[in-house]
Amino acid sequence: MTRAFALPSLAKHTLLIVGAAVAAFPFYWMITTSFKEFGDAAKSPPLLWPTSWHPENWVEAWQYPHTLWANAFANTIFVATLTTVGELTTSVLAGYAFARMRFRGRGIIFALLLATLFIPSEATIIPNFVLMSRRYLGWYDTYTAQIVPFLVSVFSIFLLRQFFLAIPGELHDAARIDGAGHLRFLWSVGLPLVRPALVTVSLLTFLNAWNAFLWPLIITSRPEIRPIQVMLVQFTSEGGSRYHLLMAGAAFVILPTLVVYLIAQRYFIEGVARTGIRG
Amino acid sequence: MAAEVIPANIRVASRRRRIFLENVEAYLFLAPALLLIGLFQVVPGISAFAMSLTRWGVIYERWAWFENYAAILDPSGARFGEFVNALGVTVWYVLLTVPIEMTIALIVAFVLYQGTRWRSAYRVVYFMPYITSVVAAATIFEWMFDANFGFLNYLLGLVGIGSQAWLREPRGVIQMIGSAFGAGVPDSLAGPSLSLVAVSIFTIWHFIGFQTVIFLAGLTNISRELYEAARIDGAGERQILRRITLPLLSPTLFFVGIIATVGAMRSFSQIYVLTNGGPLDTTRTVPLLIFHTFFERTAVNGIGLGAAMSFIFVLIIIAITLFQFRVLGRRVFYD
Repeated sequence: MTRAFALPSLAKHTLLIVGAAVAAFPFYWMITTSFKEFGDAAKSPPLLWPTSWHPENWVEAWQYPHTLWANAFANTIFVATLTTVGELTTSVLAGYAFARMRFRGRGIIFALLLATLFIPSEATIIPNFVLMSRRYLGWYDTYTAQIVPFLVSVFSIFLLRQFFLAIPGELHDAARIDGAGHLRFLWSVGLPLVRPALVTVSLLTFLNAWNAFLWPLIITSRPEIRPIQVMLVQFTSEGGSRYHLLMAGAAFVILPTLVVYLIAQRYFIEGVARTGIRG
Repeated sequence: MAAEVIPANIRVASRRRRIFLENVEAYLFLAPALLLIGLFQVVPGISAFAMSLTRWGVIYERWAWFENYAAILDPSGARFGEFVNALGVTVWYVLLTVPIEMTIALIVAFVLYQGTRWRSAYRVVYFMPYITSVVAAATIFEWMFDANFGFLNYLLGLVGIGSQAWLREPRGVIQMIGSAFGAGVPDSLAGPSLSLVAVSIFTIWHFIGFQTVIFLAGLTNISRELYEAARIDGAGERQILRRITLPLLSPTLFFVGIIATVGAMRSFSQIYVLTNGGPLDTTRTVPLLIFHTFFERTAVNGIGLGAAMSFIFVLIIIAITLFQFRVLGRRVFYD
């Protein structure tokens, strides 16, 4: 099989290595720049390796005037955690109901739910902005506005439904005969069986919340409650061309997700391959 | 004996009761998800159209029927020029990113599929840009595109090309290449600006891993028996590629093509961070224009106009998707 459309081995390896280098180089460049001193960072031709290492750049970036990095991190972790827990709860309940419960209108409700995937965020962002204003919900410039609209995801419901459908029916019948209700069955049999899906949904939801930018940008104004992505943009506009500091700021934002990704990469890649979510 | 038989009417009643309770329980399970989707997706989706029919700046002013649409779509309207410009930029952006992304991702997926020693390690590296925050990654690229000390200008220098302004360069690339060879190119054929090309380079870098993973999954799903059967029948590699692999991969290609197109049309964060629509509006795609209209200039009817632009844009996206379904969808082979 492996002979199909075979490239010569050398060409194949060159292609893969060049590709990997292009994919990884910006990360390398971010890290090395962040440790260079100002004069070394802005040098022509560029230095591929710092002549001296300056970890104090990171401290300087962290304490840069008008930035509240610690605050921003706390905000992002708070918002992302609540979003993940909440979205997981609503998706598990709904996914289970669609897969395992019999009720009127199941088919039509599920179809309508999938249809909402075609409502693009361009159309909803302005009305949602208005909805948050004092006249309606009064959530402008709050954590609530950053969390509640994201406590549901049709993709997650769909993914979990697929997993719940795969649980053998006999298991369900046996539990029913033993007198277990749906909630009991879900908790003690269903959830342990769909654990990989739970991990995938949690990781992708957390990642999305971590990377959220446009909505928090427009729905918050106080720096104290803004998340890291918005903080980074504010930092880059104030840091000007002091790129060694800007790269330290970018590293603050990127490194935590990169570490989690490298540990749990299988769940990320498989989750995306399965659902085709494009951020 | 007779006492043990449950009367039919009680049996029916208890069955009805059970079905009723199961219905109630199911709706309770669904309630949180459905309420949230209703409140933040369905209601706003519908009210978007109503808002587009109003004059609405900081506060609601009045009902305006199709005034906003006239301002955008009427060639003599106040907003026609910028909207058409934004549409043109959006089309260029799609053309610069989607075909290249898909071609490279397909080649990489083919090579990885053939099996190589470090396959999963490569997959991890290629996918890395995709999980990175667009904002932070764009910040790195802003640095690499720097006109004075950027790494890309250094690379250009190595092959004997002068430094470019990249993200700050409004001139069209065709015009620039033309003038480099001493040929004058009229403005109408100037092509996309170099800044848009730079934004596209970032986009391609960011999304290739995603497409590679999807293509790889598609290739893995093709049954190996088909290849073996074809080989036994004496099919050559090229024939196998044309007659088996590509047709069986076509649903995946089609799916990726559609979401990549729609995704590129809807891109916001990377353009906002890299250029914010500049220089001279040459990277201002429709989402950026909508954002500028509705958010940064809210004072003058921003919400009404922005909502109308979003509505027109959504219709255009739907039209393009339907077009892809009709024209390309016919060539898709489902087994």
